[in-house]
Amino acid sequence: MRSSSPTITTTHINMTPRISRLRRISMEASHRISAERALLITDFYKNHQAFGDSTPVQLAKAFRHIMLGKSIYIHPDELIVGERGPEPKATPTYPEITVHSLQDLDILNSREKVWFRVDDETRNAYRDIIIPFWQGRSNRDRIMQAMSPEWKDAYEAGIFTEFMEQRAPGHTVAGNKIYRKGMLDIIEDINQANQALDFLNDPNAFSQAEELKAMRMAAETLIHFANRHADKLTEMSDAEDEPNRKAELEKMAAICRRVPANAPSTFHEALQYYWFVHLGVVTELNPWDSFNPGRLDQHLYPFYKRELEAGTLTRVQAIEMLQAFWIKFNNHPAPPKVGVTALESNTYTDFALINLGGVREDGSDAVNELSYVILDVIEEMRLLQPSSMVQLSKKNPDRFIDQAVKITRTGFGQPSIFNTDAIVQELINQGKDIKDARNGGASGCVETGAFGVESYILTGYFNLPKILEITLYNGMDPRTGKKTGPETGEPASFKTYGELLEAYRKQVEHFVDVKLRGSNIIESIFMEHVPTPFLSLIIDDCVSNGTDYMAGGARYNTNYIQGVGMGTVTDSLTALKLHVYGEKNLSIEEFVGALQQDFNGFEDLRFRLIYKTPKYGNDDDRADDQLRDLFDIYHDAVTGRKSPRGATYRINLLPTTCHVYFGSVTLASADGRKAGLPVSEGISPVQGADTRGPSAVIRSAAKIDHLRTGGTLLNQKFSPSFFKDDEAIRKVSALVKSYFRMDGHHIQFNVVDAATLRDAQKNPERHRDLIVRVAGYSDYFNDLGEDLQEEIIRRTEHEST
Amino acid sequence: MSGIIFNIKKFAVHDGPGIRTTLFLKGCPLRCRWCHNPESWTPEPVSIHRQIRLDGHIHNDSERIGVLTTVEEIMQELERERIIMEESGGGVTLSGGEPLMQPDFSKEILIQSSQAGFHTAIDTSGYADREIFRKIAPYTNLFLYDLKIMDPEEHKKFTGCNNEIILRNFEWLVRQDCEIIVRTPLIRGITDTPDNLEQLLTFLIPYQDTLKQIDFLTCHKMGRSKFEKLGLPYAFSGIDPTPSQSEVTKITSMFRNEGFTVTQS
Repeated sequence: MRSSSPTITTTHINMTPRISRLRRISMEASHRISAERALLITDFYKNHQAFGDSTPVQLAKAFRHIMLGKSIYIHPDELIVGERGPEPKATPTYPEITVHSLQDLDILNSREKVWFRVDDETRNAYRDIIIPFWQGRSNRDRIMQAMSPEWKDAYEAGIFTEFMEQRAPGHTVAGNKIYRKGMLDIIEDINQANQALDFLNDPNAFSQAEELKAMRMAAETLIHFANRHADKLTEMSDAEDEPNRKAELEKMAAICRRVPANAPSTFHEALQYYWFVHLGVVTELNPWDSFNPGRLDQHLYPFYKRELEAGTLTRVQAIEMLQAFWIKFNNHPAPPKVGVTALESNTYTDFALINLGGVREDGSDAVNELSYVILDVIEEMRLLQPSSMVQLSKKNPDRFIDQAVKITRTGFGQPSIFNTDAIVQELINQGKDIKDARNGGASGCVETGAFGVESYILTGYFNLPKILEITLYNGMDPRTGKKTGPETGEPASFKTYGELLEAYRKQVEHFVDVKLRGSNIIESIFMEHVPTPFLSLIIDDCVSNGTDYMAGGARYNTNYIQGVGMGTVTDSLTALKLHVYGEKNLSIEEFVGALQQDFNGFEDLRFRLIYKTPKYGNDDDRADDQLRDLFDIYHDAVTGRKSPRGATYRINLLPTTCHVYFGSVTLASADGRKAGLPVSEGISPVQGADTRGPSAVIRSAAKIDHLRTGGTLLNQKFSPSFFKDDEAIRKVSALVKSYFRMDGHHIQFNVVDAATLRDAQKNPERHRDLIVRVAGYSDYFNDLGEDLQEEIIRRTEHEST
Repeated sequence: MSGIIFNIKKFAVHDGPGIRTTLFLKGCPLRCRWCHNPESWTPEPVSIHRQIRLDGHIHNDSERIGVLTTVEEIMQELERERIIMEESGGGVTLSGGEPLMQPDFSKEILIQSSQAGFHTAIDTSGYADREIFRKIAPYTNLFLYDLKIMDPEEHKKFTGCNNEIILRNFEWLVRQDCEIIVRTPLIRGITDTPDNLEQLLTFLIPYQDTLKQIDFLTCHKMGRSKFEKLGLPYAFSGIDPTPSQSEVTKITSMFRNEGFTVTQS
C-alpha cells in the first residue's frame, strides 16, 4: 500500500450568505406547473402567425414568440440570470409534444411522489385554451396514430418503453463551440453555408436554405432574449442603492449585452453564455436529458487561468459564480411526465451531468486546478442537480480519483466515476475520429457521446426478463393471455438448453424489430414535424450541413436502446440451465408452473433457486457464461441497424427507474424473484445475489464487453463506515481502477447504511436532505416510491468487517 | 497438494496491506473462548445446521464447513484477483483456524503465491513448531502475529494452550528478516486488563525497532450464534465482550506513547 501518499485533503469552501439564500430558495420552492409557455405557443399557432412558412421557419418563429414573450425572472441575489419558467421550479409544458389532460394535471397535482402543483388558473388555462387547441394535434397524438397494433401490444405488455412519446429527442451535450463563437459568429457561418448552397444541382438546397433561415432566426432570438435580461438588470441597477451590488448589476447587464452575441471573454461571461444556451435548448423543446455543458472544467479553465493571472478574478469569486451556476440547474425539475414515461423515469432529476477530468483532445491528462475547485463546489452544494461525474483516465493523477471517492463518502451519490479510456474506445469503435472521441464523455445516466458533434438519442428501455417469460409461454404474455411474440416452440419441446436459448434469441430479435420499426416511424415524425433550429446551432455540423439536428445534421448520429434486467435474465437462464437441463431435478413445465403460481406451494424450489443456484455477480462462470451469451444476443439484434436520419442503433445497459416498472409487469422469474418485484438494474447483480464482495462483482461485470456498448451502469452500495479513513478511500479507488483496467465503463457508490434508510422511511421528516444514488442519478430518498426505497435498502451492503 | 479450507474471502481489507484474498484454513490448536470462527477448530470438515426463513417457511439447511481444496484451485482463485491486488498493493493472507496446522499446504500456497508475484501474509496464533516457522518464513512477506494473554496460567485458561511456545517463536521471528504486525484482540476482563497490557508492552518494547505495528481487534460480537450452531457453550452469554471505545482509546494511546504504531480494526 502506498503509505507514503499524501493525506487527501479538502479545502473547505463556504457559501456566501447570498448563495445560501439562493440555495434555500431553490430547495424550498414548490414544484409547480406553469402554463406560460403552453399559452404562448398556443397563441402563436392559434393566430396563424407562421401560416405558409416552411416547418423549420415556423418552429423558429414559435421559439422567438416564446423567448420574447415569456416573463423574465431575476432574483436580487443572483449572479447568473435566466429561468426556464417564471420562477424557480415553475415548470413549463410542451403541448405541441404532449398535451396533458385535466386528469393528467390532477394526477401530477396529487400524486405522492414527483408531484407538480397545478393551481386553478393553470387548470383553467388548460381546460379553456390549451387542451381544446392541442387535443389530437400534439406530436404524441401523431405518434400513437402511427404505431402498429403489434407495437402497441408490446408497449402495453411492458416489453419496451418509448422515450419520444412525451418528450423530444435531445440527449446531447454542448462542446466547446460556444466558448469560441458568439451567436453573431454563428450567424456568419450560417450565411456562408447559405452561400455555398447549390440550387443548380442539389435537390435539397431549398430545404437547406429554409433550415438555415430558421437557424439564423433562432440565433437572433437568443441575443434578444439576453438583451431582455440586460434591460431588466439595468432597471434593477438603477433602483439599487447599495453601491457594490449596483455596480455588479451594471456589470451583469453589460455581460448580457456581450454574450451570447459575442464569444465570451471572461469566466463570468462563459457561464452566463452557457446558461442562455441551456435555456434556449430547454425552451425550444423538452428534450430528454435537459441540456448539458459537458466538460465544464475543460471549457472554463482557459478563462479561469487567464483571469487569475491578469488579476481580474479570484478563486473565491470563481467559486461563488460556480455555486450560483449550480443552483440554476437545481431550479429546473424534469418536465412533468405521466403514465409509463413517468414510471420509466420517476424523478425530478433532468440528467444534466457535468463531466470533470478525462483527457484533452491531444490525449494528455485533462485534470486541472478547476477540476478540483469544481469537486469542492459539488461537495459544498450537495444539490440534486446538476448531476456530476469524474472521468478517470489512466493518465489522471491518483489525487483526483481519491478526492472524488472521498466526496462519494458524504453519501449523496455524486460524483459517479467513469472510465475515460473505455469511453474513448467505445466512441472509436463507433467510427468516430479520435479527437472527437477524446472531447466526449458520458451524459444522462451513463451514455457515451462525442460532445458538441453527436446526436445520440435514447429510444426506450427493453425488458429482457419479460422476453424470457414470453419465450417460456411460446410467444404469449402470461399476464394478459395475449399472443405478443412469435411461436418459438412450447418449452417442453426444447431438448437442450441450447434450444431454449435459441428460442429466446428469436423472441429478442422479434421485439427488437418491432421496437425499431416504431422508432423509425417516430424519428421520421420528428424529422418532418419537429425540427430544432436552435439546438442545431450548438451541435456541429448542423450549420455547415444546412440540416437540422433532428434530421441527421450532426456529425455523428446514434440511437440507443437501453437493455434492462441483465442480472435477472442471466440468473433465470442459469437456473433453467442447471435445474432443468443439467441436474434434471424438475421438468421445464413444472418450473413454469411454479412461476405461474408465484412459487406458492413451491417454497423449496424457491429456496434452492435463491440459496443453492449460482448467481451473476460472484465471479462464477456457471452463471456468468449465460451473461456473455445474453449480451451477444441483445447486442447483435440491435447494433448496426440504420434509422431514417442515418443514425446507427446501438445498445447500452441502464435502467433509470424502469427496472421497477418492468418488474411490475413481469411474473415470478426463474431466479427466484417473486412476481411484480423489480428486476435487476443496469448491469448490477440481482439485489442481494452478490455474496462474494465487490471484487467479485467487478470481475463478473467486466465479462460484459463494455467497449461494444454505449454505456453500462454498475451500482455498488457501501456503508459510510467503509470510507472511514484515507487508507480505506484508497482501497475503494483501487477497486475502481481495477474495474477500469478490465474496461468497465462506469461505477457508482451508494454510501449509506440500511438502518438510516429504514429510519428515513419511518421518519421522512428527519431525512429531508437524504440523497441516494438510484441508478445513474441521485434522488431524494423521500421522493422515491416505496418499492424503490425498499429496493435500495435490499441492495447488498458490502460492509466489510 | 491439497488442504482443507473453510472460506475464501475476497475484498478482505483488514488482513494486511491493500485489497486481499484471505484463505481460511481449517484446524486450530487453540480454543479461545471469544473465537469468532469456532467452526474452524477441528481439522476435519464439519456440518452446521441452520434454519433459513423465507416467505414464512423455515428451511432446514446444512452447510459444510471445510472443503478439500488443491493448491492449484487456490492459485486459480487468486489469479482472478490479480488486477485488484496489483492496483491496491494487496495480496493473499492465510488465516484460519491456525494455518500452520496444515504446514505443507500453507508452505506450498506461500511458495506458489510468491512465484506468482502476490504479496503474502499469514495470520497466526504462533502456536506451531519452530521448524514450521523456519520453513515458511522465506516465503512470507508479513506475519500477523496474535499475542493475546501474557500470563501463562491465564493463557492456558482462556485459550486451552500454553503460551510459552508462542512467545519463543515470536522472539525468534523478530530476529528474522520479515515484517510483523502484532494483533491483540481486546476482550473485556480477559485481554484488556491493565496487568495483561502492561506485560504485553514490556514484552514488546525490546522489539520496537523491528515491529511494524500493533493492531487491536475489537469486533467480537459475532461469535455467539456460531457457538450455538455448533452446540458449543459460549462464555459471554449476556455480556458484551467488547470494551468501550473510550477504553480502547486509552489502550491505543498507552502503546502509542511508547512509540508504537497502533491501529484498531
